[in-house]
Amino acid sequence: MKFGIVTFPGSNCDYDAFHAVTEILGEEATYIWHKDHDLQGSDVIILPGGFSYGDYLRAGAIARFSPIMQEVVAHAKSGGPVLGICNGFQIACEAGLLPGALMRNSHLQFVSAEVRIRVENAETLFTNLYERGELLRIPVAHGDGRFVATPEVLDQLEGDGRVIFKYADADGNLSADANPNGSERNIAGIISESGNVLGLMPHPERACSALLGSSDGVRLLESILSRVAA
Amino acid sequence: MAKFRIAVHITPRKGLLDPQGNAVKDALHTLGFEPVKDVHVGRYIIIETDAYDAIAAEDNVTDMCRKLLANPVTEDFEIESAVPA
Repeated sequence: MKFGIVTFPGSNCDYDAFHAVTEILGEEATYIWHKDHDLQGSDVIILPGGFSYGDYLRAGAIARFSPIMQEVVAHAKSGGPVLGICNGFQIACEAGLLPGALMRNSHLQFVSAEVRIRVENAETLFTNLYERGELLRIPVAHGDGRFVATPEVLDQLEGDGRVIFKYADADGNLSADANPNGSERNIAGIISESGNVLGLMPHPERACSALLGSSDGVRLLESILSRVAA
Repeated sequence: MAKFRIAVHITPRKGLLDPQGNAVKDALHTLGFEPVKDVHVGRYIIIETDAYDAIAAEDNVTDMCRKLLANPVTEDFEIESAVPA
């Protein structure tokens, strides 16, 4: 399976994603420059973390208009998997692939830390190798990670099982202390209505090796593999 | 076609947590500006554009706000009257 990793000016997790796909997963990956108009036959698109366009205007607001995003949106609309990580999540929201928005962390500080996220739905394209309620240790590194949406949208996301990950403490409780950015309802990741676009602030591609602290992110990538290859 | 200048104010949507505004408010209180009740920090954008007339220029900028300058989920915008540039 081929993963296409989009590089925007200011992306800085594209190499991490490439490493995770090729070295850990053992699959093919290719970098796609944001000015290109060709997904190069990629089966899965990764919008990586970073600071595309220096976060000018709003995080992800300008990247959304990069030429390649037309192809990415078309890929998503036709059911192709899209994984938006951190800045990629922000871009996916700005592009309308996911509802809501990511705002400045409530404490105003950049947060770089390992957090715990609880798997809320283990029946998706991206989480089918996890157990519901399982706690994952995954790093976050962001200044604008506070997920917001209207109460109606939040209710709908939760009711439809589209909230995939929530920040939790070591006991699995959704406490305010475990929430690194003030996200509504501790939300760390959501999927699109059709289930093929996942956006999350934590970095699963940086949690792919026990040597580096955690390998809990590997099964997210493997989940896609098991579903798409099947 | 004539050239117009339009200023746009973009502010956090009312009711949403505005940590930046709160931080500035706290700092103002520390400085002794106790009567300050509320602060909101937003963006001020100045656009110069060609347009048929002032109304058309304002319509164009409203469209720009909806499509790019403001996030409809989190921000409100207000545009000032177009002035000849």
